[in-house]
Amino acid sequence: MSESFSSVTSAAVPMPRNDIDTDQVIPARFLKTVNREGLADQLFFDWRYLPDGSPNPAFVLNRPEMAGRQILVAGDNFGCGSSREHAPWALTAWGIRAVISSSFADIFTSNALKNGLLPVAVRPEQLGRIGSILESDPDAELTVDLEASELRLPDGSAIAFKVDSFARRMILDGTDELGYLLAHEPQLEAYEASHPPRVSTLA
Amino acid sequence: MNDMNPDSARPRTTVDKIWDEHLVAPGTDGAPDVLAIDLHLVHEVTSPQAFDGLRARGLKVRNPGQTLATVDHSIPTTDRSLPIADEIAATQVSRLEQNCEEFGIPLHGIGSPHQGIVHVIGPELGLTQPGMTIVCGDSHTATHGAFGALAFGIGTTEVEHVLATQTLLQRRPKTFEVRVDGQLHPGVTAKDVILSLLSRIGVGGGTGHVFEYGGSAIRALGMEGRMTICNMSIEGGARAGLVAPDDTTFEYVHGRLHAPNSTNWDVAVDGWRNLRTDEGAEHDRSISFDAGELTPMVTYGTNPGMGFPITARIPDPDALTDATQRDSLRAALAYMALNPGEPVLGKPIDVVFIGSCTNSRISDLREAARLLRGRHVADGVRVMVVPGSTEVKRQAEEEGLASVFREAGAEWREAGCSMCIAMNGDQLSPGQYSVSTSNRNFEGRQGKGGRTFLASPLTAVASAVTGRLSDPRALL
Repeated sequence: MSESFSSVTSAAVPMPRNDIDTDQVIPARFLKTVNREGLADQLFFDWRYLPDGSPNPAFVLNRPEMAGRQILVAGDNFGCGSSREHAPWALTAWGIRAVISSSFADIFTSNALKNGLLPVAVRPEQLGRIGSILESDPDAELTVDLEASELRLPDGSAIAFKVDSFARRMILDGTDELGYLLAHEPQLEAYEASHPPRVSTLA
Repeated sequence: MNDMNPDSARPRTTVDKIWDEHLVAPGTDGAPDVLAIDLHLVHEVTSPQAFDGLRARGLKVRNPGQTLATVDHSIPTTDRSLPIADEIAATQVSRLEQNCEEFGIPLHGIGSPHQGIVHVIGPELGLTQPGMTIVCGDSHTATHGAFGALAFGIGTTEVEHVLATQTLLQRRPKTFEVRVDGQLHPGVTAKDVILSLLSRIGVGGGTGHVFEYGGSAIRALGMEGRMTICNMSIEGGARAGLVAPDDTTFEYVHGRLHAPNSTNWDVAVDGWRNLRTDEGAEHDRSISFDAGELTPMVTYGTNPGMGFPITARIPDPDALTDATQRDSLRAALAYMALNPGEPVLGKPIDVVFIGSCTNSRISDLREAARLLRGRHVADGVRVMVVPGSTEVKRQAEEEGLASVFREAGAEWREAGCSMCIAMNGDQLSPGQYSVSTSNRNFEGRQGKGGRTFLASPLTAVASAVTGRLSDPRALL
């Protein structure tokens, strides 16, 4: 069950690199957990910490001014690779509420939306423009407005973005999909009555 | 089963046919469709939080008989008679055992003759069948598409949804036809076909789509080669990839533990024959290439789309005009410690890994052993051979393949994901190079600081015996 979300205004964490995979978002060795604790500390762990365990001063998340920022601006195809939901769990645990990119991997999108983390897909030239704005003013605040489905830039302009309409409603209301599925019990019973299981793992 | 819709004038793709057959309720008011799931595979890593979710809501597992669990990701591939030394991994494994016990789910745990990588045991047990919908909390679920099933990876929240309802909320995907005609040359394999596709379309090229693989080169492959290709669909951004079933498929399924029995077999096959895409059905995108033009492929960068023929030279980031693309390639080459213009052939390597849900089946091990027989692993190179399942291990031992590996100086290990994901202690040290038959060369994927060249089992063996990244065609 995710928190409700309608709009977030924040300076951004810039990560202008393409194809950031979920192994970078949270390395596999942290997936041995049986709960969701400690994930904020493991976010981008291998980029964040040097081999001796000290914070990597060159990595963006370690700049003091990044603390508390809620919007991540990444390169194309964010979240590719593994289906680990630990990736959106770790991002939201650190405090990220929206990721802006020119595209997102399918499974990441699905996982993010179920955790109140908004993938904001803009056109490549728009992402370039956002990058330029952040280069000239690293503290520039962006507003991701889910209700209006638009991203507002410091110069007052707005970029419309599309979010799956059903997921959008779920996030705005702070509800989740399982309740919706469970409400389909009559249809499910009808389906099962006419479609016997194709295999039985119990046999 | 009724996969044919004779009243429909609209020609349908294989994806359409499977989708229509599994529609519990079409989406209304902008909601996605409710899709029935035939088979749900569960493992220790992505399930504990889902079971917690069921308990929090007081829900049961709706259909335990359409669910199967095993342990693969975090378990050791060393002596199975010993307890798991990593306490966190041991806890995760015992949590799965408790959850399966509590919710009535069959589990092939450590010690079971059917334990193995989820995507190896499903097909092996005959549970993976044409026309099915199959999901697992693992992105390589696409593997099962080789049978003409719609199979895709899901997150933990969706694992909970399937456990509770045996359904998922899904939107119908677009389809992307991948047509490979012609004939593969000796030394060029299914792995090279998929690495070539990925190098053409990039890691995001298939986003939003399901690949439908076809063409004479795909048809000529056995099921295990088709699995290798479908397995890596996700590395091109496609959540699923499939091959319409044919006689090769039926022959592979026939007689397996959970395959339809002799009474039901003919009816099942008749239904499966109707799954192929209708004449005139349209795909949203398509690509085609000739198998005869392919050479052994290898990756040079930090994602599976960064691959090229093994004889090629490292590309120059300065030739790229887009700043983010240029910086991304620079970062990849810096991580790999490779320089623009240099060849990869002959690069000294430290470790060879033969295994993973991509290339750990019996035919992979047979091919690898055939090339390795009578040769020896180069000094200073560690070679790990990790069968995909306990059954593959047994079969390889029976066929004498295990002794070929051992006598050549390779490690012959127990079944699991092992150094593909490096969660279990099987990993590279910082700076080491591996040639790996697995599916991901992401930074740190095989161990923090480790550097991965993805390649076929043949290229892995050729590199193992020379100690350098090598073209297998020289050894044929």
